[in-house]
Amino acid sequence: MPESVPSPARAPLSEQVMIQMEGVHKWYGAFHVLKDINLTVHKGERIVVCGPSGSGKSTAIRCINRLEEYQRGRIVVDGQELSNDVKLIERIRREVGMVFQHFNLFPHLTVLENCTLAPIWVRKLPRKQAEEIAMRYLERVKIPEQAKKYPGQLSGGQQQRVAIARSLCMNPKIMLFDEPTSALDPEMIKEVLDTMVALAEDGMTMICVTHEMGFAKTVAHRVIFMDGGEIIEQNAPEEFFTNPRSDRTKLFLSQILHH
Amino acid sequence: MAEPRIPHPVPPPPASTVGVVGWLRRNLFSSPLNVVLTFLAVYLLLVTLPPLLRWAFLDASWSGDNREACHPGGACWVFIRVHFDQFLYGFYPDEQRWRVNAAVLLLVLGAAPLFVRAVSGKFKVRLGLGLLVVYPLVAFVLFKGGTIGLPVVDTSQWGGLLLTLVIAGVGMTAALPLGVLLALGRRSRLPAIQSLCVTFIEFWRGVPLITVLFMSSVMLPLFLPAGMNFDKLLRALIGVTLFQAAYMAEVVRGGLQAIPKGQFEAAAALGLGYWKTMGLIVLPQALKLVIPGIVNTFIALFKDTSLVLIIGLFDLMNIVHNATTNPAWLGFSTEGYVFAATVYWLFCFGMSRYSQNLEKRLHTGHKR
Repeated sequence: MPESVPSPARAPLSEQVMIQMEGVHKWYGAFHVLKDINLTVHKGERIVVCGPSGSGKSTAIRCINRLEEYQRGRIVVDGQELSNDVKLIERIRREVGMVFQHFNLFPHLTVLENCTLAPIWVRKLPRKQAEEIAMRYLERVKIPEQAKKYPGQLSGGQQQRVAIARSLCMNPKIMLFDEPTSALDPEMIKEVLDTMVALAEDGMTMICVTHEMGFAKTVAHRVIFMDGGEIIEQNAPEEFFTNPRSDRTKLFLSQILHH
Repeated sequence: MAEPRIPHPVPPPPASTVGVVGWLRRNLFSSPLNVVLTFLAVYLLLVTLPPLLRWAFLDASWSGDNREACHPGGACWVFIRVHFDQFLYGFYPDEQRWRVNAAVLLLVLGAAPLFVRAVSGKFKVRLGLGLLVVYPLVAFVLFKGGTIGLPVVDTSQWGGLLLTLVIAGVGMTAALPLGVLLALGRRSRLPAIQSLCVTFIEFWRGVPLITVLFMSSVMLPLFLPAGMNFDKLLRALIGVTLFQAAYMAEVVRGGLQAIPKGQFEAAAALGLGYWKTMGLIVLPQALKLVIPGIVNTFIALFKDTSLVLIIGLFDLMNIVHNATTNPAWLGFSTEGYVFAATVYWLFCFGMSRYSQNLEKRLHTGHKR
């Protein structure tokens, strides 16, 4: 399955920093969810974040487009530092696409309308142009024939591919994936991973929270392991999988790879 | 050795499960209790229906123009015939009633494309908004007059079904948007807006509509400077609208709460702001979910308009009541109230059917 996906060329990374997280802390009430997260992501870099459930990995990437607030530290996305300024947040969100575990497609709109909504209303594109772009991306995720259907008429894998296309229609500079295959039936995981690999081949900057270790091995430049709200270890995938340094990483890998 | 299998035709379902017999068994005689209930219901219908039909149709008097034309024993629909125009228009002057007819015709023609499937959605939205904004002004000018060469007809002369429809129409079209805003405000993160909306909703929901109408007609003038007097109908309209908006707000809030957090997050992640998220993503789904509740409120509003009789407005209910006290027609209140009830029922049933149709059409087969 995931092991069979072809590895996109890992070209040398650009110097340009796309995401910079510095000393980010977050509390839910008294519960300390994120502890001193430091992360630098370069343009074109592909990062896989893994860790046990409740380790704060989803929360961490959701801070990048401000779906979650954080109480300490700073995050700079594409040269702009996140603040409480609503307009600034909206501007940053336009450049950061996000794919969710449960797809979150808009059920009252057709697939095509899901894809054209933000380009028309946020990017102010003419409808015709937005539809052309949408069809192009729907072809890329290999479901142009479903354009007139409603999300409820599609399978889970198809819905997640529409969600990816919807994000891409905004022409984002960064894509965040929050466990994109966790809610899918096993036979649908590959079609979504294939789509993500294709995206990686085009040089998209990606952060992906996933347990698909095959995907991490073939696609990621760097694998990050989180536990208890901290980044425990990060390394290139070959090193990470063959020679994990911390005991917690070893335990996690043994649990996830031997079942 | 096994015998060669002879293919046989698929047997038809047993006769007792299909057709009329099947239907009867399933729906009327499926258990001993249901058998008893079926017979009981048939008995009740046999007892009540024939006398009712005899009174309303067979023995009823239809023609004539005074009470001498009424046969005893049956309903006297002559009473309704004689007062029919009054029931429709109230005290609106005879020679000006064409203005009301024109306004109704305009509405029917204007709204007709909304119910035609072939018309594009975009055009429907524009037409609908246009009707909502422009039509009330046009109708007001036609009803009230005073401009474009039409003589003034004071609102105190409006009455009957016309007045009922004016109050219900204004109440519905104003209460829904106001209710949506109140519902959004109640869920707002801004404490000032939130507490304002909560206070408004709880105040208006906490007082009976009768009290609101009394206050608007009796108490409000006490607070206004002497000589300042604004229209009684306008005050009733404002009272009804604010009252119903509070109910509407809670109905809409129920819908808003049913929208999963993921929808808000997906909209936010695409860079949509608050109003676009609400207008394009959340409200279309939330309102669709609460169509039954909205129509419920509309129907209640339609019937509540009859309460304006206590402030001396002659809506359909009051004008019928008024006619039954006419010395020339004493003793025909049953006919009058049956007629009024039938008209209310027709409108309410119409709304109910339309909403069911709307729900079916808007269903996109997705529950997430």
